[in-house]
Amino acid sequence: MIKLVGLIPLLPLIGFLIIGLFGKKLSKGIVGFIGSGVVLAAFAIAVGIFIELNGQAVKSVPVEFFDWITAGKLSVHFSFLIDPLSSLFLLIITGIGFLIHLYSVSYMHDDEGFSRFFAYLNLFIFFMLLLVLGSNYLIMFVGWEGVGLCSYLLIGFWFKNTAYNNAAKKAFVMNRIGDLGFLLGIILIFVTFGSISYHEVFEQAKNYATGTPVLTTITLLLFVGAMGKSAQLPLYTWLPDAMAGPTPVSALIHAATMVTAGIYMIARSNILYTLSPFTMEVVAVIGVCTALFAATIGLVQNDIKKVLAYSTVSQLGYMFLALGVGAYTGGVFHVMTHAFFKALLFLGAGSVIHAMGGEQDIRKMGGLKKYIPITHATFLMGTLAIVGFPGFSGFFSKDEILANAYEHSIVLWFLGVLTAGMTSFYMFRLYFLTFRNTFRGTHAQEHHLHESPSQMTIPLIILAVLSVVGGLIGIPEVFGGHHYLEAFLKPVFEDSSFRLIHHLPESTELILMGVAVAVMLCGLAYARKMYITDKQVPAAEGEEESAIHKLVYNKYWVDEIYDFLITKPLNFIGDALHKVVDNELIDGIVNGCGYVVNGVSGVIRRAQTGNIGFYVFVMVISIVLILFAQLF
Amino acid sequence: MSVVQTIPINWYILLSAVLFTIGVLGVLFRRNAIIIFMSVELMLNAINLLLVAFSTYLSDSKGQVFVFFIMAVAAAEVAVGLAILMSVYRNSKSTDINTLNKLKW
Amino acid sequence: MITTYLFYFLSFLAIMFGLMVVLSKNPIHSVLYLVLTFFAIAGHYVLLNAQFLAAVHIIVYAGAIMVLFLFVIMLLNLNKETEPHKSLWLKASAAVASGSLLIVFVGALKNATNIPATNVANPNVGLIENLGKVLFSDFLLPFEVASILLLGAMVGAVMLGKKSIK
Repeated sequence: MIKLVGLIPLLPLIGFLIIGLFGKKLSKGIVGFIGSGVVLAAFAIAVGIFIELNGQAVKSVPVEFFDWITAGKLSVHFSFLIDPLSSLFLLIITGIGFLIHLYSVSYMHDDEGFSRFFAYLNLFIFFMLLLVLGSNYLIMFVGWEGVGLCSYLLIGFWFKNTAYNNAAKKAFVMNRIGDLGFLLGIILIFVTFGSISYHEVFEQAKNYATGTPVLTTITLLLFVGAMGKSAQLPLYTWLPDAMAGPTPVSALIHAATMVTAGIYMIARSNILYTLSPFTMEVVAVIGVCTALFAATIGLVQNDIKKVLAYSTVSQLGYMFLALGVGAYTGGVFHVMTHAFFKALLFLGAGSVIHAMGGEQDIRKMGGLKKYIPITHATFLMGTLAIVGFPGFSGFFSKDEILANAYEHSIVLWFLGVLTAGMTSFYMFRLYFLTFRNTFRGTHAQEHHLHESPSQMTIPLIILAVLSVVGGLIGIPEVFGGHHYLEAFLKPVFEDSSFRLIHHLPESTELILMGVAVAVMLCGLAYARKMYITDKQVPAAEGEEESAIHKLVYNKYWVDEIYDFLITKPLNFIGDALHKVVDNELIDGIVNGCGYVVNGVSGVIRRAQTGNIGFYVFVMVISIVLILFAQLF
Repeated sequence: MSVVQTIPINWYILLSAVLFTIGVLGVLFRRNAIIIFMSVELMLNAINLLLVAFSTYLSDSKGQVFVFFIMAVAAAEVAVGLAILMSVYRNSKSTDINTLNKLKW
Repeated sequence: MITTYLFYFLSFLAIMFGLMVVLSKNPIHSVLYLVLTFFAIAGHYVLLNAQFLAAVHIIVYAGAIMVLFLFVIMLLNLNKETEPHKSLWLKASAAVASGSLLIVFVGALKNATNIPATNVANPNVGLIENLGKVLFSDFLLPFEVASILLLGAMVGAVMLGKKSIK
């Protein structure tokens, strides 16, 4: 099966080409079939590879295709690397990707850009697979840029809306800032190690001492890339705006896969990070700050997708916290469980929006439980999973992260638990406002309410099951379980094992769990009191609010601050450069050249008298001069 | 007594140079196209004389053969040149080269 | 010694008639002086043992080309002293240009070493038999090409001489 790995990215690419080139001529059924089918086929191969890799002793298999670039010292092979980390990501991407494709067939059915949508989705899957499969940083970078492009195209999918286009541009530009750091990091890796292939770089890196400045610089630059792609402080503002795209896009790109590319990259480069403790601290601090910061904003948002978006940013912060404290397995574990429940929540939100006829404001929902029971049940599963209700997948992964954070620093743990409490509050707030109490929308909307077709509910059910049981592959040993994922990923993180997390005493771990669950239950109870017992509804726009509420509701005015500090000055400088340097100076030089040539030739052409006698005279004088020069 | 023994070849070169310069002077000095043509013929003849002189002094007949070719070229040149002159005259009623000043800016 | 005097005499004639060609005002006179110049040059050819070339020279130049010139002048009715007024600047520049050309020639000649005549013994170089052999052996191809040149010139002259082509 491993020999077939080339097919995994190739299939979505073929799908993209067929749909992209002939999509308009094909019927929607065929487009949907091809679009989903290629991803399903890729998933089948990924499963085969996963099983084969599990069965063999060698856990890292490079697959060579061809020499890609050879220039001077730089020699890049186009080759893939199959190891536990990449095969796990393959499963997540193709598996969840397929479910979301299936969901989209129904969700996007009435959209005129149906075939375009599937072409973009397939292209996205192709680049995402390239990102995780590549065996060197350059292929990862190609995938990295490619998913950024697809994200741009899909956020601005309804390009007739200017606000959506601006959101797409914002995402693209913010990602560029991060990509610059990533690119500089790759260049520095090449300068330092003379190679950009994972194998060679990591082999050489082992010989460096811990805390070598060049490694710290490399890892910080790479982390800047991860900040942009995975929406961490201070480059996170694009992700909430990215909800302008169709809901399946939010589920696939902005929750389950693309935004976890930064985590994949750091997990892949774990040896470099382990050798740079300073960067690890930075990663952990930024991660926990992002988690807390985004969670506070999520507390007061009224748009169902915005709440989920801030929750995504917050959960990504958790993953970085895990990486920062050296719990690579925990980070990857949370990537996986998060992919399950966040894709579920987004698709559930999509189903709600579908039922509400496009309405996204939770103030106008309520009591949907009896109208859309399947969506309700699955959404509840997702909510329980994300808040870390004991037994659900989010519980295990979050617990692992918190335990490791506690071991590293109690402050990190405290902030993490605080975030967990907030997560619990805003997720249940969302759930209660949407599904409980009575319907608050218009009568026409109430009449329109209906459960989504089975193409949409089946992916929801599958994801709900995964959200519930997905944590079982990583049961902590306190419960006498076996951490399958840790054993599976061990070869990848082997080199970093000298910083292995020593397991806490069982009692401590149990107490930590108890505290986390208690905080979560507090959040739940508070939300229940506010929105079930007191039947509160968030105030409508323009009503009097407390100052703090205003501050948080407006997302701390971060967008406005960025606008004032960066965009406005840049616009001013650009304007000035355009008016003064470009219009006056550059154009002046260019036009000046023309004027000078014109003026000089206006004078010189007088010599072209047309008088033959003059020409002959000049000719004779010239001959004399030439002869004189030659003979004397 | 042949001229070869009594006159140094430099004299012939000098004579040729003088005749050639007279031809140049004619081209520069006169404005009648036909006279200019004749001056060109004079220059050609100066070169012919030089070729013959060298041919004799070096006992090499190739120089004289070259003179034949120059004569052929001169004949062709005169035929075409005078024909051009005829058509110019038909158009401008003059053979003054100063009327032929259209080739300019 | 008579050849020496002949050389000086013929050189004097050639230069004098050449100057007359340039300086005389009537084009007809110029043509006639040019014929006389050609005769002087033909005399030089005879002095240089190039008798055949002298004969051809007179036939082609004096006989054919100059008649062509005369013919054109008569045809265009230019046999008047029609030379327009020339500016002083033109005269001066012409004299300076040609004078400096002559100075350069003479200066170059002054530095040249005198080549002694070699192989003086062979007086047959300029005879028709000798020339014919060289012309039709070594120079056969150029000879044929020259015939094509003359043909081309003939066609060109006829084309140009026709009245306006419609």
